[in-house]
Amino acid sequence: MKPFRKGEGGPLAQGRLETRIGDKKPLYTDGEAAAEASRCIYCVDAPCIEACPTGIDIPTFIRKIATDNVRGAARTILADNLLGYSCGRSCPVEVLCAGACVYNHWGRPAIEIGRLQRYATETALSRDPALLAKTRKPPTGKRIALVGAGPASLACAGHLALDGHEAVIFEKKSIPGGLNTLGIAPYKLQADDAMAEIQFVLGLGDIELKTGMSVVAGEPSGEGEISADSLLRDYDAVFVGLGLGPDRTLGVPGEEGPGVYGATWLIEQIKTNPEFSLEGVRRPVVVGGGNTAIDIARELAKLGLGEVTMVYRGAAEAMSGYAHEMEGARLDGVRLLERRQPVAIERDGAELRGISVAPVVDGTADAARGETLGCDLVALAIGQARLTDLAKAFDGVDLDERGRVLVDDATCRTGHPRVYAGGDCVNGGKEVVNAAQHGKLAARDITAVLAASS
Amino acid sequence: MADLSVDFCGVRSPNPFWLASAPPTNTGDQVRRAFDAGWGGAVWKTLGNPIVNVSSRFGGVDYGGGRLMGLNNIELITDRPIEENLREMREVKKNYPDNVLVASLMVETYEEWKEIIRRAEDTGCDALELNFGCPHGMCERGMGSAVGSEPKVLREITGWVMEHATTPVIVKLTPNIGDITEPAEAAMAAGAPAVSLINTIKSIIGVDLDTMVPTPQVGGASTNGGYCGPAVKPIALHLLGQVARMPNVVPISGIGGVSNWRDAAEFMALGATTVQVCTAVMHYGFRIVEDMIEGLSDFLDDQGYGSAQELVGRAVPQYKDWGDLDLNHHAVASIDPDKCIGCQLCYVACLDGSHQCIHIPGMSDEEKRARGHVAFPAHVPDRPVTAAGGTPGARVPYVHEEECVGCNLCELVCPVDGCITMVEKRRGPQVDTWADWAGRGEDLRPGSLDATRKARGK
Ligand SMILES: Cc1cc2nc3c(=O)[nH]c(=O)nc-3n(C[C@H](O)[C@H](O)[C@H](O)COP(=O)(O)OP(=O)(O)OC[C@H]3O[C@@H](n4cnc5c(N)ncnc54)[C@H](O)[C@@H]3O)c2cc1C
Ligand SMILES: Cc1cc2nc3c(=O)[nH]c(=O)nc-3n(C[C@H](O)[C@H](O)[C@H](O)COP(=O)(O)O)c2cc1C
Ligand code: SF4
Ligand code: SF4
Ligand code: SF4
Repeated sequence: MKPFRKGEGGPLAQGRLETRIGDKKPLYTDGEAAAEASRCIYCVDAPCIEACPTGIDIPTFIRKIATDNVRGAARTILADNLLGYSCGRSCPVEVLCAGACVYNHWGRPAIEIGRLQRYATETALSRDPALLAKTRKPPTGKRIALVGAGPASLACAGHLALDGHEAVIFEKKSIPGGLNTLGIAPYKLQADDAMAEIQFVLGLGDIELKTGMSVVAGEPSGEGEISADSLLRDYDAVFVGLGLGPDRTLGVPGEEGPGVYGATWLIEQIKTNPEFSLEGVRRPVVVGGGNTAIDIARELAKLGLGEVTMVYRGAAEAMSGYAHEMEGARLDGVRLLERRQPVAIERDGAELRGISVAPVVDGTADAARGETLGCDLVALAIGQARLTDLAKAFDGVDLDERGRVLVDDATCRTGHPRVYAGGDCVNGGKEVVNAAQHGKLAARDITAVLAASS
Repeated sequence: MADLSVDFCGVRSPNPFWLASAPPTNTGDQVRRAFDAGWGGAVWKTLGNPIVNVSSRFGGVDYGGGRLMGLNNIELITDRPIEENLREMREVKKNYPDNVLVASLMVETYEEWKEIIRRAEDTGCDALELNFGCPHGMCERGMGSAVGSEPKVLREITGWVMEHATTPVIVKLTPNIGDITEPAEAAMAAGAPAVSLINTIKSIIGVDLDTMVPTPQVGGASTNGGYCGPAVKPIALHLLGQVARMPNVVPISGIGGVSNWRDAAEFMALGATTVQVCTAVMHYGFRIVEDMIEGLSDFLDDQGYGSAQELVGRAVPQYKDWGDLDLNHHAVASIDPDKCIGCQLCYVACLDGSHQCIHIPGMSDEEKRARGHVAFPAHVPDRPVTAAGGTPGARVPYVHEEECVGCNLCELVCPVDGCITMVEKRRGPQVDTWADWAGRGEDLRPGSLDATRKARGK
């Protein structure tokens, strides 16, 4: 197995739209990495560590790059974050580790922690894919089922495998990786790179990945389903890493029909479906003000689809998307229309013609002053539904008022003593790195509990 | 996984990484924390008669925005009561029986040596190191480098120590001497089973131009001190190599600028069985040893060495005198046009600092002559710079191979990894050295072989 090589992505076909988009931060050469690593001053009790949700020992791994101990650097990273490779490429470092780097206070550019992290993991794992597998503990005979093959479950399964357990992952889709494979902006990480990392995780130990298998609350209705009850019965513990559900819709007239897509659905097509085409699209409109909205807007702009307009209901300052990402979007040529709310989709017969937007004053849309923006594509990025009802199929598991699975912060254990949960279904939608941390915390507790009980 | 433990003249060390006798080994608490972090051994801060230290004590040289490329100090031996040191040494050794504890000693008279050896060995320490290297303060009192630079005196005092010591004795050598093999020879002749080198190099770190006082300042004055840290590594490696190729050499503990696993591996390859570290720990703390252990262990595994001990001295046979180098070996610079960013640093380095054989495309012979070229290639291919990050419109320089002397200066100044490489172009199939020439009576003199022949003929 040679992970981290282009074109070895398994079920991914060639010709995907995302491959037309270039890498924003390419892999450092050895010299570039050494030069950047040498800038890090090797702080003690470093603030960057504190700001990393997985608590990677950043100064240590960076120093190891500087001393030409790249494998050691990768070990340091992966010990705390098995998905350190994709995190290095996709983490919003500006608001995480690099945002806390002491250099910011000096008015000097922060250390490129994400890029160094990518360099260390990619370089070391390409040379020695079995870097961590060698450290695996002897088999324990314990079996853990994981629901969903997103970052949360993958991280959890990897740590469990290293602890000597058997992990079985049930994924309803044909392509594993969750949003890490299907959702991350292509200029950060492409699907085949995410798949290569999955190969690395699966190689850590006794991990079985069952794709095309949905876990269901009641009785399974066919081949591709398995019941939550049976997992509890047949496994020593269960980890639930469901993620979020499908894109939400606006509920305005004309929304049903061609040309109007949910943003995550559209991104998934761009990233994985070689048949999918955006031929002829010239005036796309994106609805929303979060990171998914910014991502799809930038992707459409980078694909060269004419002028991309973002429509957001609040003021620019109130957007939940990161300011640094919005700045990047502007540079890509994205136009932001703030304080506007879509009130209808306009069509010529079935054909999409435009979107009618009304100004928002004091929080309410003034439909009387609506105007129509001509467009040939609408991407809706106004949030994702919850899938967490499934979690309730496990006795004792509870949800909060916003539909998030309730867990103990330190262990990710739910109200059921053998059921754990993590990732977007617990935090309502954050980053890959948060999912990886949940997976790790759960695996640690599972190992501790199973060791104590045997 | 390779075995990192080494045998150093009968003393087993869990790994080759020791702390040098210096501030990091001032107290029992520090040494304990160092052992917990993974250091295999520690040479305690030198014990001797009571002294008083000055303040400030250190000066540093920064390079390219990086701090402490070199460190200078005017500190003396321990300034803590000897009883306290001995008590803490005893406690540390009791709690860390597997780590190596070395007592560093420096006193003056025969009786003092006899007494301090007894007291030091009484702590249970594994070996003694004789500090014949301190280049400031102590030497003015006839100790430290005053001993180390006088082979006769060194031999005599080492002899005294050998009379009384029951643990292995390591003689720590000073680099402040013309020929390091002389004190090394003297130490071995006196029966010392090991040597260590180098101690610090005499230095003045700089001058404060506002106050006209050299640094570090003590009141309105300063003094010369001892230089160490990454800057001294090449000097230390040379002196180590000199000692390592002496016949019947004893085990060596290598010191001077070791900061990471790679430095350590290089010292070991050039003959050191253990390495000692001071400045890198003063800069970054005991924590650096984790990378040293991991890096060395991976390196040994990669290269197929079963143990760290197997690495010791591997490069020594390849360290030769100039006269034994192959004059038929020739290499010329080659520029990778796909990597070049067009900065032209190689061009100016060769033009002003070497042999004027790198050309920029598109210049007429007149322009080239005006710039300083003396030989002109028949054709200079015009290749535009195409590498990512390259300067638009810039041209890839061209190496005139026939004129290239193979000095590799351009390779050293090129900022791009692997862009300039040296390609071997042998001058002849057989090895031919200057020593061979001399053997044939054809050794070179200034003014060419003909001139030599004529001179001989007279
Ligand atoms: C457009 C977009 C861009 C993003 N960009 C970034 C970014 O740049 N950086 C970053 O760090 N994060 C980014 N994120 C967020 C990140 O992708 C998520 O936080 C992360 O993937 C969450 O991991 P997870 O394992 O909790 O869930 P998911 O990644 O959603 O994975 C859940 C998996 O569970 C499967 N599943 C669901 N129900 C079942 C069932 N009943 N049975 C079996 N399988 C099931 C799903 O098919 C899916 O594969 C982005 C998200 C989106 C939507
Ligand atoms: C502040 C300071 C104090 C030192 N004190 C001693 C000492 O007491 N005894 C001794 O043998 N060497 C002493 N040394 C020399 C070190 O042990 C070591 O030989 C030297 O620093 C080179 O190693 P380095 O480049 O790793 O620092 C001292 C060095 C420094 C910087
Ligand atoms: S805060 Fe910045 S400089 Fe300090 S250790 Fe972290 S990355 Fe390095
Ligand atoms: S390093 Fe510590 S002891 Fe030395 S001057 Fe600074 S504060 Fe004082
Ligand atoms: S120094 Fe290197 S990069 Fe610069 S011009 Fe010469 S070959 Fe090109």
